[in-house]
Amino acid sequence: MLEIKDLTVEVGGRTVLRDVNLSVMSGYTSVLFGPNGSGKSSLLMTIMGFSEYHVKKGQILFKGEDITHLPMYERAKMGIGIMMQRPPNLVGVKLGDLVRVIEKNTNDLYQLAASLRMEKFLERDVNVGFSGGEIKRSELLQLTAQNPCLYLLDEPESGVDLESIERIGNAIKMLLSGSLGCAGKKSIDGKSALIITHTGQILDYIEADRGYVMCNGTISCSGNPRELLQEIRKRGYEECVKCKIR
Amino acid sequence: MQDSLSSLKKKAEAAKAKKAAYGEDIDLENYDIAPKNAPEAESLEDLDNDLQRTLLSAGVVPTGEGRVGSFLLLDNAVVHRSQKEESIEVMSTQQALKKYNWVNDYYWKAVPPDTDKYTATTFLENADGYFIRALPGTKAKMPVQTCLLLGSRNAAQTVHNIVIVEEGAELEVVTGCTTKPGVEKALHLGISEFYIKKGGKLTFTMIHNWAEQVGVRPRTVVIVGEGATYVNNYVCLKPVKSIQMYPTARLEGKESFGRFNTVAIAHPGSEIDIGSKVVLSAPKARAEIVSRSITTGGKSIARGRLVGEAPGIRAHLECKGLILQENGIQLAIPELEASVPDVEMTHEAAVGKIAKDQIEYIMARGLSETEAVGIIIRGFLEVGIRGIPEELKKEIDKAISATELSLG
Ligand SMILES: Nc1ncnc2c1ncn2[C@@H]1O[C@H](COP(=O)(O)OP(=O)(O)O)[C@@H](O)[C@H]1O
Ligand SMILES: [Mg+2]
Repeated sequence: MLEIKDLTVEVGGRTVLRDVNLSVMSGYTSVLFGPNGSGKSSLLMTIMGFSEYHVKKGQILFKGEDITHLPMYERAKMGIGIMMQRPPNLVGVKLGDLVRVIEKNTNDLYQLAASLRMEKFLERDVNVGFSGGEIKRSELLQLTAQNPCLYLLDEPESGVDLESIERIGNAIKMLLSGSLGCAGKKSIDGKSALIITHTGQILDYIEADRGYVMCNGTISCSGNPRELLQEIRKRGYEECVKCKIR
Repeated sequence: MQDSLSSLKKKAEAAKAKKAAYGEDIDLENYDIAPKNAPEAESLEDLDNDLQRTLLSAGVVPTGEGRVGSFLLLDNAVVHRSQKEESIEVMSTQQALKKYNWVNDYYWKAVPPDTDKYTATTFLENADGYFIRALPGTKAKMPVQTCLLLGSRNAAQTVHNIVIVEEGAELEVVTGCTTKPGVEKALHLGISEFYIKKGGKLTFTMIHNWAEQVGVRPRTVVIVGEGATYVNNYVCLKPVKSIQMYPTARLEGKESFGRFNTVAIAHPGSEIDIGSKVVLSAPKARAEIVSRSITTGGKSIARGRLVGEAPGIRAHLECKGLILQENGIQLAIPELEASVPDVEMTHEAAVGKIAKDQIEYIMARGLSETEAVGIIIRGFLEVGIRGIPEELKKEIDKAISATELSLG
């Protein structure tokens, strides 16, 4: 589904990603761990195609196609969708209106919003005065309308209270696996995801088949996500950083 | 202290050449005073189809549906006036002067005729316009609509409007100002004197839909009484040569409230100098000024002035301007003046381009850059017109869609 090869990226003249290699299989979820400032968000923003992130080297392949230099909305049209860590406020733009233009065929916008407890927010300006959890749910509502096949989720649990984490976690689970139980079907029809998690809490709700750890702008290690998480919880990210240096 | 008409006339004569405080000086010699006669129309639907469409684009409904009254001034001729309820009078200013002696107490009492050459000329022309009055306690459920139409090339339209909202009454007036197709060059001078008595409320919405070579110099003063409310919505999205106006609300009664919402686009070749002024001279008066302007290559000047002269006043002024093209100019001039200590007056001004992160946020959902910019601009302007009637919003949406709003 997604393959990142030797990706080096600059932001504002600074190299924030260096020789990153990573992949997400069709129908499966990969998670990305890493300390603050290691470059996780930058990787997602680069995959989506935000203009500040300049690819200096390497390739991004999506569904086998090289999308490294495609404009952002074409990537979105091909099926990539992002939940940003800190999306901007859109003053004067109502959430309901935005969702309606994202998915012109949203028949039951209200029901969709209600499933995320966002019905009261449809008439509000996008993100303006939203709490942490409300921002995440607003992002999920927009993503549901967009219906991508690859979800890039940037710390869906950060800044969210416990009760909301549960709602958000379950909503993401529904988005990703829906009612598909069979592994074979999943690899054909299921959604793929690359999820950034600083704390690993999201793993209480979703299945992930691969985990990556990012340190100082590059992937320092990868493996079974739960085992990686255990290790990180036990020893902290300092070990990962040291480990890489060795 | 009241000036008699003859002394006002002397002042007007003396001010015939007096330049206005702001805006390009327009040589009145280059225009002919617009015709004062035109056939009357029983109904706005009797007008030809082209004209009806012109009215519609300025928010004026020819059927009169959803309106409690209608008024049409073509050039300087009153073509139509109608009212559906006795308690909301709609007639021409000259008719009102004949009908009621007391109208003289309101005639040229808010706007001094010697303000500048435009007011002086309008005074000396004995200009006509609409007279609307909501009787005490009347609460109009629907707006009165008025249309000021420029129908002759090179004409100078001189207009004098008076609106009186009596004690405890509520009134909404929607005014569409526009030109007949084919009238490119013309001049509009419009005096408006509004009076809102104790506990009354007036919502005044004006849509300017002029043509590329039209000069526009409205002069408006609103006197707001105790506990009364004045809401002014102004929308100008089409090309025009030059607009300069600085409508003023005088909050003279305690606990009165004034609000100005402005939405404007300066197209290439347009200079729009639009201000809003509120003088708060009674205790606990409140005011809010919100302005949203865009330039796609023209010059946009957004003035705002709050004057606090009594204790317990609260007022806020906010003007924001977007520059969408390299050669556009935005000039925001917010001013606060207070002469007593117990006031809370604030302002906020910002000019610049659309934030790129907002555009890209929307693009990441699969929308093109043009679509994303359109959504943000609509939202930007939306904030300036939150108070206006829904159906007018639709007209405005159409106008926004028709405007070339690409990024330079
Ligand atoms: N737009 C930007 N401009 C300048 N520096 C940036 C920008 N975005 C990210 N960075 C820098 O890149 C590094 C990685 O940031 P980020 O990708 O947000 O890390 P993470 O998501 O892992 O916390 C940080 O040092 C950050 O300050
Ligand atoms: Mg981050």
